[in-house]
Amino acid sequence: MSETQPTVTFRGRGFVPATKRWAPWLAFVLIIAAWEFASDTGLLPSLFMPSPHEVLLALYSLLVDGKLFVHIGASLQRIVGGWLLGSFAGLCFGFAMGIFVLARSVGLPVVAALFPIPKIALLPLFILWFGIGEPSKIATIALGVFFPTVVSTYSAVDNVPRNLIRMAQSFGLSTPAIVWKVILPGAMPGILSGFRISSSIALILVVAAEMIGTQVGIGAFVLAAGNLMQTDQLVAGVVLLSLLGLTISWLLGIAEKTLLRWR
Amino acid sequence: MQVVLDGVGYAYGDLPVLDGVSFSVAEGETAALIGPSGCGKSTLLNLVGGLLQQQVGRVSTPGAPPAGCLNPLTFVFQDFALLPWRSVAGNVALALEHHGLGRKEREGRINEVLTLCGLADFADALPRQLSGGMRQRVGIARAIAVKPAVLLMDEPLSALDAQTRELLMEDLVAIWARERTTTLYVTHNLSEAVRLADKVVVLSRRPGRIKRVVEVPVPVFERHKLDHAAALQALQDELWGLIKTEAQVADREVQDV
Ligand SMILES: Nc1ncnc2c1ncn2[C@@H]1O[C@H](COP(=O)(O)OP(=O)(O)O)[C@@H](O)[C@H]1O
Ligand SMILES: [Mg+2]
Repeated sequence: MSETQPTVTFRGRGFVPATKRWAPWLAFVLIIAAWEFASDTGLLPSLFMPSPHEVLLALYSLLVDGKLFVHIGASLQRIVGGWLLGSFAGLCFGFAMGIFVLARSVGLPVVAALFPIPKIALLPLFILWFGIGEPSKIATIALGVFFPTVVSTYSAVDNVPRNLIRMAQSFGLSTPAIVWKVILPGAMPGILSGFRISSSIALILVVAAEMIGTQVGIGAFVLAAGNLMQTDQLVAGVVLLSLLGLTISWLLGIAEKTLLRWR
Repeated sequence: MQVVLDGVGYAYGDLPVLDGVSFSVAEGETAALIGPSGCGKSTLLNLVGGLLQQQVGRVSTPGAPPAGCLNPLTFVFQDFALLPWRSVAGNVALALEHHGLGRKEREGRINEVLTLCGLADFADALPRQLSGGMRQRVGIARAIAVKPAVLLMDEPLSALDAQTRELLMEDLVAIWARERTTTLYVTHNLSEAVRLADKVVVLSRRPGRIKRVVEVPVPVFERHKLDHAAALQALQDELWGLIKTEAQVADREVQDV
């Protein structure tokens, strides 16, 4: 009987797009433990790579002599200033290109031509224009943030469903009202994911910009440590950068959760 | 308010879509517009609603809009066109906000239409939380909130399943019983046309020309009665006879858009 009526066997196992919450933490702990072990047993010479506890000590001494907040503060100031400036300009241009035919016709080729330039190559030029101080650094970051923001804002505006715009027109909404009530919220998901990209670009550029003409900032700190072969300080600076990046993406995650609750 | 079309033609570039379409919808009347897909029904509706620039002929709306009308020509869309980030009440509010109504009157109107459309308990829900039928009820509520003179409905029930469609047709008849708004109702579903319309305008395949205008002899509110079933079925068969070959040809046409 059972030969002639075989039971159906389950064959849909695996390929589930799920994640386990504890897994990343465990992996993190294991990697650091292995690193510490390799350093302590001499497998990893401390000349090439400091051990985790040496990095922690370097961070601690930075904290104690108060330089930690000086460096973080200087870098944050540049990141926030440059990012705000570049994002604001990028949003304005992106919206104009998404809405007005003329702005789009002019803007698309210009952006295509200027986007690929590595902005750090322009830093010497900015130093020439704005002097060696803060403005040239902020200008570099702002410019680096500007182009990806223009592109992501433009395509976000362009992707707002046409039918919603026509609906708003059919109810007699004015153009400013359509921009404010339909296009801006409709483009918000694309704009926020553009912010993720532009904030990491700001982080990269701040390090590069701080390698010229300044003593403070995480980038300057890492460069100084590198020149003196102080690998523990260098890695400590890199850890700080990573923490900064994680904090920014955590803040953006919160912004997404609150602004895009409707999704 | 009436709708009068006089020799209306339209072409997208080289593609003629409508040709010499003339008919009128009387005050308070519901006209269904049927025809094979791609024959220009949506185009015609958008011309009437002012969403497309008129090219040939003239669309006019003689007569005054009703008192309190905020948006004389008002659409109900096939895909509902609800803002996903606004609640049900917020979506209705969108149509009212720019008219400078007092807060009290605005909320009064919103509550009134939500109740009328059976949405009173869903005022704070988001569109994604609603079924298709409920979403279209929001679309209808939004449309009647502005007290339209002419309702332009573009296949409003085509995205819904058959059972939901039946329920919404009953709702529409109930709403029309309250306010006889002049209505132009585009559909490709013949039973919808026969259930809801006072007259049915049959278009040919592209370029759309008027093939026939058929009056439905039974008053809208009596159509659910069984003694009319045979007559209505006969009418539906007659309409099918009119468009069957056109639909067949249109179906086999290669689209080059
Ligand atoms: N924006 C457009 N540009 C070019 N052709 C279009 C456009 N919109 C519709 N068409 C074409 O015009 C014809 C009529 O379209 P439409 O009015 O939407 O038909 P229906 O609503 O009757 O199905 C179709 O063949 C369609 O491909
Ligand atoms: Mg259509």
